[in-house]
Amino acid sequence: MSIDITLTVNGVSHPLAVDPHASLLHTVRDQVGLTGSKEGCDDSECGACMMLIDGRPVNACSYLAVQADGAEVTTVEGLADGNDLTPLQRAFLEKGGVQCGFCTPGMLISATALLRDHPRPTEDQIRIALSGNLCRCTGYDGIVAAVAAAAEQG
Amino acid sequence: MSTYVEARDVAAAVAAMADGARPVAGGTDLVVGARHGKAPLPESIVGIHRIPGLDGISVADGVVRIGALTSHAAILSSPELASATAGLLDASAIVGSHATRANGTLGGNVMNASPAMDTGAPLLCHDASVVLTGPGGTRRVGLAELWTGPGKTSASPDELMEAVELPLPPEGAGSAYVRLQYRRQMEIAVVGAAAYVEVSDGAVSAARVAITALTPVICRVPGSEEALVGRRLGSNDSVSGENPAVWTQTTEIGDAIHAAGQAAAAAATPISDVRASAGYRTAMAAVVTRRAVTAALTRATGGSVTVPASDWSER
Ligand SMILES: Cc1cc2nc3c(=O)[nH]c(=O)nc-3n(C[C@H](O)[C@H](O)[C@H](O)COP(=O)(O)OP(=O)(O)OC[C@H]3O[C@@H](n4cnc5c(N)ncnc54)[C@H](O)[C@@H]3O)c2cc1C
Ligand code: FES
Ligand code: FES
Repeated sequence: MSIDITLTVNGVSHPLAVDPHASLLHTVRDQVGLTGSKEGCDDSECGACMMLIDGRPVNACSYLAVQADGAEVTTVEGLADGNDLTPLQRAFLEKGGVQCGFCTPGMLISATALLRDHPRPTEDQIRIALSGNLCRCTGYDGIVAAVAAAAEQG
Repeated sequence: MSTYVEARDVAAAVAAMADGARPVAGGTDLVVGARHGKAPLPESIVGIHRIPGLDGISVADGVVRIGALTSHAAILSSPELASATAGLLDASAIVGSHATRANGTLGGNVMNASPAMDTGAPLLCHDASVVLTGPGGTRRVGLAELWTGPGKTSASPDELMEAVELPLPPEGAGSAYVRLQYRRQMEIAVVGAAAYVEVSDGAVSAARVAITALTPVICRVPGSEEALVGRRLGSNDSVSGENPAVWTQTTEIGDAIHAAGQAAAAAATPISDVRASAGYRTAMAAVVTRRAVTAALTRATGGSVTVPASDWSER
């Protein structure tokens, strides 16, 4: 049985029919067609799939799409304004926070949620907030530096 | 054929559950468990995550009430709970990652009934009960009667947990929860312990201790509690000092804290698994219990213990 839902993704509303067990990640990638959010573990461990639901960071691989019916979903594609990157995105580029880029969409979503709640985070707060986001490339220092730099630009 | 409905009120949720649907709140246990193959997703699911009035924290008539849908993040930002139930904040602060805490609820944590769940021991020490509503009405069940085995509760499948309730602690009370962990986030307790104490006239007037990941269900340790009640704390100067070592190791209360730890180790019947051997868990039961009692006493006597106490006690 499929269920009719409306997902508002990055401000655009999408009427969809989804399986009750479908994940929000697969729904957004396969039915909405936004593939910025990645699937790493499909198990809430790596954070590559993170989106915001009504502002809350969520591991979309392990969240039922039906539960997001009517909610505002933000993916990495929704952060920039056209070609204008956010200060956080620019800082990731400037500080070496991106290598292969697989973790980057989730890192950016996680850090966006952090900076909204804590505009001036300590290094420890940054590391705690990003602890659900794994990166196999950068060694994290560039990412932490990027979040700190974006916070300074406020 | 799988089905899903979203409940808009408690009655609708209970009706769906009576028809065989499993409730999902944040889904961080139910959906994630299915993801890593622990148990497949139930065929029939009822979303309870937006039922109005099931979240929120209130203090009235000496009772602290925490709605089932209250997230760990909301617990952490509640000033009422920070002063009344600091041990609960110690637990919510270390659940998963910030995404887990933003979505995971207290109701889901308690009803999932994992022997390693973090909010269980502090809630047990705060004498908490759950408010369950089913087709036949509403009842209150103490946590010791709720948890019947790993992943098992005495709630019937058509009972929705509406809230956790606990008595508002008096002046001079303090609580803390400490877990042994290999890392600070995205971790499961290797072992854990919580303590609640009341201090009056320079002595421990009430004590409750509970242990985590050491028994099939999280449980109180009467031997630890008896070791503490009635013991004098020594002079106020040494008690409220930043360095608890001064008073925990050399005084009457220091001996009592040590005995409380030994009693916790004696009560432990842990398993050996990939995370730790049973022997190591038993040895560490004493350590985390001493740390939890020390942190609770420090809070009860006006000292500062930052949340989460697990980090504080390793500093
Ligand atoms: C990456 C990760 C890390 C985690 N780390 C920790 C940790 O460190 N410590 C810890 O304790 N837990 C941890 N958890 C487990 C989980 O996040 C918590 O237990 C959380 O509080 C569960 O809440 P939920 O709303 O997501 O539960 P759900 O998954 O929605 O529900 C859990 C269970 O409770 C039932 N249920 C939920 N609400 C009710 C209700 N109101 N009435 C009746 N039944 C109900 C559901 O049917 C289900 O069986 C972790 C999970 C993940 C994915
Ligand atoms: S894919 Fe969702 S957390 Fe890894
Ligand atoms: S940049 Fe490659 S995983 Fe992080």
